[in-house]
Amino acid sequence: MTGRFRLMDQQPVNLDGFATPAPELGLVAFHGTRDPVPSIIIQNGSIVEMDGRSKEEFDSIDEFIATHGIDIGIAEEVMAIDSLQFARQLVDPYEPRDGLVHKAAGMTPAKLAEVLGHLNAAELVMAMTKLRARKTPSNQAHVCNRSDDPLLLAADAATAVAFGFREIETTVPVLADAPSNAVAVSVGAAVGSAGVLVQCSVEEAAELAMGMRGLVSYAETVSLYGTEQIFVDGDDTPWSKAFLTSGYASRGIKMRVTSGGGAEALMGGAEQCSMFYLESRCVALARAIGAQGVQNGGIDSASVAAAVPGGVRSLMAENVLVMLLNLEACTGNDALMSESDIRRTSRTHPIFIAGSDFICSGFGSTQKYDNMFGPSNWNMEDIDDYLAMQRDWGVDGGLRTASEEKIEQLRRRATEAISAVYSWLGLGDLTESWAEQAIYAAGSKDIEDADLMVPLNASATIMNTNITMLDVIAALAENGFDVEAERCLDMLKARVTGDYLQTAAIFDENMNVLSLVTDPNDYAGPGTGYKPSAERQAEIDTIRQQVSVSDLRVEQSQYRSSDFRVLGAAEICHDPRDVVIGVSPATGRDIWRTLSGMLVSDVLDELLAGLEEEGCIGRVVRMNDSIDLGVIGLGAARMSGTGIGIGLQAKGTALIHRRELAPLANLDLYSVAPSVTPRLYRLMGINAGRYAKGMTPEPVRNPYSDEAIEARYHTKVVSLVAIERECCTGDAPELLEIVR
Amino acid sequence: MSKGYSGINTDEITVDNIRRGDITLDDIRIHPDTLEHQAQVAEDKGNPQLAGNFRRAAELTGFLDEEVLQLYEALRPNRSTAQELQAIAQDLASRGAQRNAELFLQAADVYARRGLDKK
Repeated sequence: MTGRFRLMDQQPVNLDGFATPAPELGLVAFHGTRDPVPSIIIQNGSIVEMDGRSKEEFDSIDEFIATHGIDIGIAEEVMAIDSLQFARQLVDPYEPRDGLVHKAAGMTPAKLAEVLGHLNAAELVMAMTKLRARKTPSNQAHVCNRSDDPLLLAADAATAVAFGFREIETTVPVLADAPSNAVAVSVGAAVGSAGVLVQCSVEEAAELAMGMRGLVSYAETVSLYGTEQIFVDGDDTPWSKAFLTSGYASRGIKMRVTSGGGAEALMGGAEQCSMFYLESRCVALARAIGAQGVQNGGIDSASVAAAVPGGVRSLMAENVLVMLLNLEACTGNDALMSESDIRRTSRTHPIFIAGSDFICSGFGSTQKYDNMFGPSNWNMEDIDDYLAMQRDWGVDGGLRTASEEKIEQLRRRATEAISAVYSWLGLGDLTESWAEQAIYAAGSKDIEDADLMVPLNASATIMNTNITMLDVIAALAENGFDVEAERCLDMLKARVTGDYLQTAAIFDENMNVLSLVTDPNDYAGPGTGYKPSAERQAEIDTIRQQVSVSDLRVEQSQYRSSDFRVLGAAEICHDPRDVVIGVSPATGRDIWRTLSGMLVSDVLDELLAGLEEEGCIGRVVRMNDSIDLGVIGLGAARMSGTGIGIGLQAKGTALIHRRELAPLANLDLYSVAPSVTPRLYRLMGINAGRYAKGMTPEPVRNPYSDEAIEARYHTKVVSLVAIERECCTGDAPELLEIVR
Repeated sequence: MSKGYSGINTDEITVDNIRRGDITLDDIRIHPDTLEHQAQVAEDKGNPQLAGNFRRAAELTGFLDEEVLQLYEALRPNRSTAQELQAIAQDLASRGAQRNAELFLQAADVYARRGLDKK
């Protein structure tokens, strides 16, 4: 095997499955063999043919869409619009969103699939920018752990909120633990901020029952499928789902449905249709049953879609379809779709820059192993990457940086609050040592003192004694958690006022509803649409890792020493053993340590020792008139008795120069300062000595590596150069002594 | 100013009242008038289906939690015969839940045709 292919085979991307398109199995993104041609026939005010099927042939999905989902008043007119023409309008900033969603409401699933199929990747970004319902983008977190540990759940929920997530979804490895998880996450979220929506994803009826008790504030696990067989395998029909949707609304609980391309193929029931056409049926059905929003973009089957050509594009097209049907879009990017960091980033990135109602329908805010939905496309390990991406593009991806101090304080408060609630309500004894471990844990594996029976017993008590969110609020208040009690109560009152039932509703931290109604997306070209407030922009721009010149100055000052003594003005010397080491202006003033972490005085020791090995005498001269290494090295050479000089910038870059050469035509150069070792500086001293004696130098290789050395150090270099420039006085060169 | 299902004014739903045990789940449930208001907002915003959902929901506010869960169960595939679905529809209509009754009648029809009824 050639070395090149052996290396290529070892890359993570080759752990991913890639499928040869198989239309007969539904393994095709667009244009399945049995995708119908769009059509509609209306007689006596009802649809008698849709997408090539007569009313008698309708399956239950067709029937529900035809009966409830299509604006019959405009259907014939909008079905006659050329699909390519309509696709162009989706990306045209001067075509208002309102008119487009109005027209789309009269289109059939096959028509919608045909329209969206015309958009390429860049056009999907434009369409999403314009068509999403809510102007302000947001993000959702998964908060779970392997042991349903309520202390860790509460601490992690508070942490997720501190990082900016406005919706939290939890689930359970053990179904019976669900009520305990719902309480722990709701309390933890309330510690983090007001207005955080909380969901506990379990079986449909169980989820509604928890919602009725106020233990959660929205629902999402209401699955739709694109073929009747798979729908029924999911133990529902369009009618039961429509009723369930109303059941949630009847209790004032926000709800969205879940679908996603590839699910039918994965479950062996795609009926030879493409993933995108079947998803178009799901989204049309979501609208028809009166759901306010859809979580799609593959979801659990994202990697099925990603296995076929155009599949990742189809995932994003699913999201745009939801937006076009005037619904809230929770845009996937949850289940990890690739082993490759590059592919999984590529999958999310267009949606990230376009902005959606929820970029991820589950950013794994815990470590991957604790995510009981399975690893997400984005996880706790990636939060700093995501924050850096927001900063790079000036994009609001819904997250913000948080200080360690704040996180520690919130985690402590969250564990105290949940302990108090569990104790007060007789749900269980959460010990102090357990709580302490939860505060400092990176994941459930770090917690030795967790009692796995507590969540099970707590859940049984919640169900058997009819504990509701009212009891949780009372427990919080009785134990001095007044702020958290008020925040939990606000979430209950929200379901009385009902404004958050409207499309794409979230709450800001002051309990204002942001939705299609109160915060409509008004994108109409450059300079319009969502703009972060100055405060929000500062959150996006200011990440904890950024350093300023003054930060670096402080860092350098920690290494300040009295190693350097000025002996006086430096003179030209005629000693045939003399080699001058010219150092930059900040040496011994403001810069004390090189980028490789060596003290500048140690570097000079090595250079001097190398010269000594070759029988030369080194003199250290600080050049005060230039920060340019070539000029410093040449100036040193011109002062030296041998005509050979070494130039050294305090950050560690070094070269050898000779008197008669041009400034940039130096001899040996160590350009990669962060990688230069003491041994290499010694070698430079030796080689300078050899040049001085007219001998052949030892060959030196610059220490290149595959690290992103420029990414690591270039910002420091800019600051260190600025410090050098401040020290550059133009004064005459000074002779220095290295004092030990 | 919105009111809870029980008729309570939202201003009266306070932490202190909860501590005193004066607040029940009916106080923190949505009132059908509020759902009708939200239905009108949804219609104004171009989503008559969402409005329809809110109106079906308004009818269900008067039903107990258990009843709502039972009705959902009855509509799941192969749980009910067409006749049973029609009977439920009649009962719903008699309790003022016209829109939900309509949903059950449609289901009776479609389930029989598509074999989703109880055999």
